[in-house]
Amino acid sequence: MAEIEVVDCGPATTIQDAGRYGLQRYGVGPAGAMDRDALTLANLLVGNDPDEAAIEFAGLGGRFRVKEGVVRIALAGADAPLSVDGEPVAAQTSVTLRAGDAFSIGPARNGMYAMLGIAGGLDVAPMLGSRSLHRRAAIGGLDGKALQAGDILPLRKAAPDGDDLTLPDTFEPARGPIRVLRGPQDDHFSEAGLATFFDSSYTLSRQADRMGYRLNGPVIAHSDGFNIISDGIVTGAIQVPGSGEPIVLMADRQTTGGYPKIATIISADLPRFAQLRPGDSVRFQGVTREEAVTAAREAARLRADLRGRLIPAGSMDLTSERLLALNLVGGMVDARADFFQEENA
Amino acid sequence: MTVTDPAFLPCGDAALSVEFGRVVDPRLNALALDLDAALTAAPPEGLLETVPTYRALLVHFDPLITDHEEIERAVRDLLGDLETSTKTPRRWRVPVVYGGEYGVDLEDLAKAHGLTPDEVVTRHSAGVYTVAMLGFTPGFCYLAGLDPSLATPRRTDPREVTPAGTIAIGGDQANIASIEAPSGWNLIGRTPLRNFMPAREPAFLIDAGDEVVFEAIAEDAWAALDEAAAAGEWIAEEIAREDTHG
Repeated sequence: MAEIEVVDCGPATTIQDAGRYGLQRYGVGPAGAMDRDALTLANLLVGNDPDEAAIEFAGLGGRFRVKEGVVRIALAGADAPLSVDGEPVAAQTSVTLRAGDAFSIGPARNGMYAMLGIAGGLDVAPMLGSRSLHRRAAIGGLDGKALQAGDILPLRKAAPDGDDLTLPDTFEPARGPIRVLRGPQDDHFSEAGLATFFDSSYTLSRQADRMGYRLNGPVIAHSDGFNIISDGIVTGAIQVPGSGEPIVLMADRQTTGGYPKIATIISADLPRFAQLRPGDSVRFQGVTREEAVTAAREAARLRADLRGRLIPAGSMDLTSERLLALNLVGGMVDARADFFQEENA
Repeated sequence: MTVTDPAFLPCGDAALSVEFGRVVDPRLNALALDLDAALTAAPPEGLLETVPTYRALLVHFDPLITDHEEIERAVRDLLGDLETSTKTPRRWRVPVVYGGEYGVDLEDLAKAHGLTPDEVVTRHSAGVYTVAMLGFTPGFCYLAGLDPSLATPRRTDPREVTPAGTIAIGGDQANIASIEAPSGWNLIGRTPLRNFMPAREPAFLIDAGDEVVFEAIAEDAWAALDEAAAAGEWIAEEIAREDTHG
């Protein structure tokens, strides 16, 4: 049995997995990690299934202590400093801790949402098919709530298997404008309104959380009023209320809504959109249905390929002069084996 | 407008809205609910979930398996047979304590219509409602079928918090609220029914397309029913359609 204690953490530190599906007809949105790619990487680095529940940090970090057992963790997503007993841990690299070890995640320096993967997964009960916290429904997470000081997080495994892993190259999402598919209510906007949306730069306001991101920028003209009879919405939907400034609906969104939606961010670009910080600027670029579906498939392929790109964490040193020295006495595979024996001794 | 000619509107790369119209009309809602039932009975490959609303059905799909075109084709194949669907909706009897602290707007609402509170209760509980959709909060039912004489504009000053189980009127819509939430609707009563209770199996009772009738109960019946509901009892009864005035 392994346990982690929350010493303290930011107010929006929550347990999230890939989301809760099948209940939108009852008014329960999916919740789930804001950055799906970060969830995948954090989990793969600790040997988990890619959709396992992880701890999500919203800009601020937290301090933790291993209470019991052997615990392997890895941080991915927003660039936030991870340290163990004050010693920094390399980015995108797992680290194995023992009872009594303290670790902390600092505020994000770049991006907003960091995911902490934990080997074996958290031993909290899934509710209605997911461990993701859904605040409004008070389900998932730890007893339906965000994490707070004093919480004890039991793990499903007493100790991890295998080696610590690292992603040696960068896992950089695409650059450039955020790609969107027009609709479902693009015809509620004038031609000028559509042109404003696609030709302007918008700034993420401070009103940005797991429910939605409110953008500031040129006002988008409606052609036909700004109320519609409520219909279903998806994550990434860009609704334009009467103010004319867009609001992008995020993981904790409602399931239905009554504002016209000019376009929808494609799922492949949602992770990097979610990582914007208040004050960051963003532009939107239209794509076709075919391009949107192709991008989703490409993003899934990149996530699936990630596992094969991870290498044992210690082997990073082998690329330096150490590797040269070891190569003098034997083949690389043997050298690597020797190296780990030495490290474990 | 014909049944076979809805609009197919893309909602990103993983959903398609099948839009039957743009107004509130029971016939459009019936189409969305019938298509929902048909897709649930025979889901095309890659379908993830559906969300029926007043005038449209949102179809979530897995873009790794299917795409907009295939979903549209599957929906079109089903549209032709919708009118022949003979399914019978479930009908629920929902107990309500009207007025007083349970429905703080009942008297004002009655006064606004030149009615007595009892007349409002009689008209509200005489109706057979169709659950047009769920949304806003988990388990919140939007009901169609309100007696037009009870239609009342939403309040100009919405309340930050209204109780779980609130029975209210907003415009020409009625509702059953499930959990505590802000609301601008006029509160006329409260039910001990929990339409969303995560620890209960099933977590949700009333679904879109079901029918609802309300039964006025005395205030002193509240405590026992509320306790039973909190313990996981359904409280709302599923009843045969012949048993009612509908």
